[in-house]
Amino acid sequence: MNQLQATNAQPATTAAVWHSVCALEDIWPNMGVCALIEGQQIAIFRLKDDQLYALDNHDPHSEANVLSRGLVGDLGGEPVVASPIYKHHYQLRTGLCVEDATVCLNVYPVEVRDGKVWVQR
Amino acid sequence: MNQHTRILVVGNGMVGHYFVQELVKRHPDLAAANLQVTVLGEEPRPAYDRVHLSSFFSGSTAEDLSLVEPGFYDRPGLTLRLNARVSQIDRHQHTVTLTDNTILPYDKLVLATGSYPFVPSVAGRDRENCFVYRTIEDLEAMTAAGKTAKSGVVVGGGLLGLECAKALKDMGLETHVVEFAPRLMAVQVDEAGGKVLRSKIEELGVHVHTSRNTTAIVDGATARHRMVFFDDTWLETDMIVFSAGIRPRDELARESGLAIGARGGIAIDDFSRSSDHNIYAIGECASWNDEMFGLVAPGYDMARTACAHLLGETSTLFQGADMSTKLKLMGVDVASVGDAHGKTHGCRSYQYTDEVRNIYKKIVVSGDGKKLLGAVLIGNADEYGTLQQMTVNEMPLPENPEFLILPASDGKEKPGLGVDALPDTAVLCSCNNVSKGAIGEAVAAGNCSIGAIKSCTKAGTACGGCVPLVTQVMKAQMVKLGMTVNNHLCEHFPYSRQELYHLVRVGQIKTFDELLHKHGHGLGCDICKPTAASVLASCWNEFILKKDLASLQDSNDYFLGNIQKDGSYSVVPRMPGGEVTPDGLIAIGQIAKKYGLYTKVTGGARVDMFGARVEQLPNIWEELIAAGFESGHAYGKSLRTVKSCVGSTWCRYGVDDSVGLAVQLENRYKGLRAPHKIKFGVSGCTRECAEAQGKDVGLIATENGWNLYVCGNGGMKPRHAELIASDLTKEEAIRMIDRFLMFYIRTADRLQRTSTWRDNIEGGLDYLRDVVINDSLGLGAELEAQMQHVVDNYQDEWKTAVNDPEVRKRFRSFVNSVAGDDNIVFVNERNQIRPATPAEKQQTAPAAKVIPILAATE
Ligand code: SRM
Ligand SMILES: Cc1cc2nc3c(=O)[nH]c(=O)nc-3n(C[C@H](O)[C@H](O)[C@H](O)COP(=O)(O)OP(=O)(O)OC[C@H]3O[C@@H](n4cnc5c(N)ncnc54)[C@H](O)[C@@H]3O)c2cc1C
Ligand code: SF4
Ligand code: FES
Repeated sequence: MNQLQATNAQPATTAAVWHSVCALEDIWPNMGVCALIEGQQIAIFRLKDDQLYALDNHDPHSEANVLSRGLVGDLGGEPVVASPIYKHHYQLRTGLCVEDATVCLNVYPVEVRDGKVWVQR
Repeated sequence: MNQHTRILVVGNGMVGHYFVQELVKRHPDLAAANLQVTVLGEEPRPAYDRVHLSSFFSGSTAEDLSLVEPGFYDRPGLTLRLNARVSQIDRHQHTVTLTDNTILPYDKLVLATGSYPFVPSVAGRDRENCFVYRTIEDLEAMTAAGKTAKSGVVVGGGLLGLECAKALKDMGLETHVVEFAPRLMAVQVDEAGGKVLRSKIEELGVHVHTSRNTTAIVDGATARHRMVFFDDTWLETDMIVFSAGIRPRDELARESGLAIGARGGIAIDDFSRSSDHNIYAIGECASWNDEMFGLVAPGYDMARTACAHLLGETSTLFQGADMSTKLKLMGVDVASVGDAHGKTHGCRSYQYTDEVRNIYKKIVVSGDGKKLLGAVLIGNADEYGTLQQMTVNEMPLPENPEFLILPASDGKEKPGLGVDALPDTAVLCSCNNVSKGAIGEAVAAGNCSIGAIKSCTKAGTACGGCVPLVTQVMKAQMVKLGMTVNNHLCEHFPYSRQELYHLVRVGQIKTFDELLHKHGHGLGCDICKPTAASVLASCWNEFILKKDLASLQDSNDYFLGNIQKDGSYSVVPRMPGGEVTPDGLIAIGQIAKKYGLYTKVTGGARVDMFGARVEQLPNIWEELIAAGFESGHAYGKSLRTVKSCVGSTWCRYGVDDSVGLAVQLENRYKGLRAPHKIKFGVSGCTRECAEAQGKDVGLIATENGWNLYVCGNGGMKPRHAELIASDLTKEEAIRMIDRFLMFYIRTADRLQRTSTWRDNIEGGLDYLRDVVINDSLGLGAELEAQMQHVVDNYQDEWKTAVNDPEVRKRFRSFVNSVAGDDNIVFVNERNQIRPATPAEKQQTAPAAKVIPILAATE
């Protein structure tokens, strides 16, 4: 799992760039939004204490771009989002699918600077 | 000498494989235990589930049917050879020879060769398109032939024959069953039962011909074959399947001089040993006390016995088997228990026949009336578990045994078999030989869900027939051990939904954060958040997209629409009672056209529009609201539709205004959040065109007022609603419904429809009637007041949403762009849009991707 995490955290493309996406207030607490970054859909979630996570918006199990609209929460303490289509859970930290360990989404570095949300891709 | 024990298993069928599994269970490292096991299977694939072979026709693949976990045969000390048929045993040399002349030595030989289908010696039986029903290859050949055939005949009206007939019927063939005996399933069922079974089967459109002996198969005039019977009558058909019984594959044993049972089969002793003590025989090829067993459970039993004995244990014995069976043949329950034919000396029987529903039940009791000896159940086999356990465990009969099979009068429970009365040795799961005691131990070891019980004991994992009984025993055991039967909502709340409801109401809790802080822990999840949202809504009925409630809503509630497979949404405006004006219909038509939506009339008698992207939803709804529509709550666990028939206003038979009442009810309860969705029906007379008896709440007009029915269900497990009160005025009916719904909302579990809730209420309908109609708990006024609060606080969610800029902003595909999701792609079908398949998406050039939307949406 650790290996997966390491290879997935950085997309294989060239040097990743930071993008300013939206204001922190644009994401309501305990919810997600989807950002379109260079044609790619990235889901960004805001949890307790403004902890942010970013991962692919595409749900490989339903092949729909929907993860930003899933409910967030935790399973055994690990923060997850549940896909709204078939309810697969993905770990927000690692992108790993809880029900199907062969599936792991890309996760992206995300942070707040001066009230703005930035994502690296 | 070789220090390893070489074990050869001939046959990799269900029982042969089970034997190997037993070995591996006892010695996970075979090599370390000095065991060298070689399995020889004649078929081209490893063991598969023959019992569920017929599911091959309904879409199961060979992989689905496989019984072998990937990698199972790859372990050290274990070899599986497929397409390997043994042609000879040399008992003196301790070797077997394969058809390709390979010679393999053994120390211990296990024969698990099963049986072959018996084909009566009829002239012409080798013609093309004549089949048997035993292997995957047989079924593949049948499927191929079925494609060009119009009709099919099954020779043999036994258990397998009928299963096969179902398969032919499902292939769309005109299907006949030809049986030699005067009735169907002669082995399991008595004469009266056979009669009922026959009419059930004929009702399904299968032609049954009994007492028919086929003498020849020749060319047909109107079909491929003509089957000629002993009396020179004939039947023409395109394909024939022989299913006239099975015969043990004992040829290897016969040729090598092993003892054979009186009716065939390799004779075995209580250790499953043949007359040569280095050779075991197990499964359908074996004969114990001159008896053969055409079922898997006894085969598995023999495999366990043989395995134990081979490893030096002599305490496990095979002692025959209970041949009770329960099947669903072509959707018809058929069960036979113990001495079904009443052959025991001096026995007596009770019978119950219902020629209207085609149900037949019989029990056979001992001469002294103390013990149950056997039973036959056709058409409905609900009592199978009880009767089988009573017979096998020789439990004392209740005073009036006839009540065991008589239908229960409305709402009253039957004298069941208290699971406490079962001895620990009672085998609950006969497929996997799991006893009540074993379930008890599993519970004590902490396995407290049916899933956990299944994975640790294997009970319920084969035919599944024992699951209800196993569940009952598990729960009883949990109670006995002082455990509470855990109905905790999820890992974040150690409470049931009902308990949370009370905590919210009594503590006046208005937000999830407060609830989590006071009564739970962690962040919550997709189970507890929507549940809390629903409970908060049924208690306080605040706008569900308020900032602190929004994040709790299931995605469908959050976007006030049902998400579709491609991430687009459906739009369902409310049409109370299914009534809609021409102007309303025109508006819907225009809006759908403008936004390029697919339209369909739903099963709930209103119009659904599909294919809207999230950013289009507020605009669409704005226009719908302007045309006088409101949210239909098609997305919510809430009131869906009140279906009505046209009623006395127009219909010549109508006795009251069903549409009027339906509209009134739909407007009263719209927006009400509940543990699951709620549906109503209102019919204007007993012809019941609104199907009110299939709904959670149903009303039917009579000359004297309204009859109120509750707890009906369509869907996955249909259930008829039950009459709870008659001849009510409209006002009385509404009060009773207020109470009924609020009581349901208070006490039901998460995602429990009223029907399952009702089935779990102790005391059943009588209790419900006491609470709702007779107000036995004195809750009536409170429940009515609560409902009134919800009714008074109703708001159209869509109206609030489109008028609130903050909420409206939520409806967009991207936080940083006005673009739409370009993965939502439509193609044209029957003059409307439909989602493109993944293949179609690949084909479409990026430029042409989004089909033109007739109006700009921004
Ligand atoms: C649209 C519609 C099918 C249609 O094209 O006709 C439909 C569509 C869906 N039904 Fe249904 N059901 C529709 C009428 C029915 C009916 C017929 C009826 O209401 O008379 C039934 C059987 C009656 C009953 O509920 O007792 C029905 C029994 C179900 C069930 C099984 C419920 C059960 O208790 O067994 C589900 C699954 C569930 O709710 O867990 C379900 C679930 C669904 C879902 C929500 C599945 C999903 O999650 O995507 C579908 C949503 C599609 C959408 O976006 O609207 N649908 N569904 C019908 C909408 C009616 C409406 O106007 O609101
Ligand atoms: C359609 C259908 C439905 C059924 N439904 C039920 C049911 O509901 N409940 C129930 O209890 N039972 C049912 N049965 C019966 C059940 O499938 C059998 O009891 C079970 O398969 C017997 O297992 P077995 O290992 O003895 O025989 P099999 O599963 O037939 O395995 C024997 C294997 O040995 C191989 N073999 C034979 N001779 C040789 C040789 N010389 N060399 C190498 N390999 C050889 C065969 O090719 C075969 O693969 C059903 C059977 C069928 C066909
Ligand atoms: S029956 Fe199944 S496929 Fe059809 S609408 Fe209902 S849920 Fe969807
Ligand atoms: S009796 Fe068949 S699975 Fe339990």
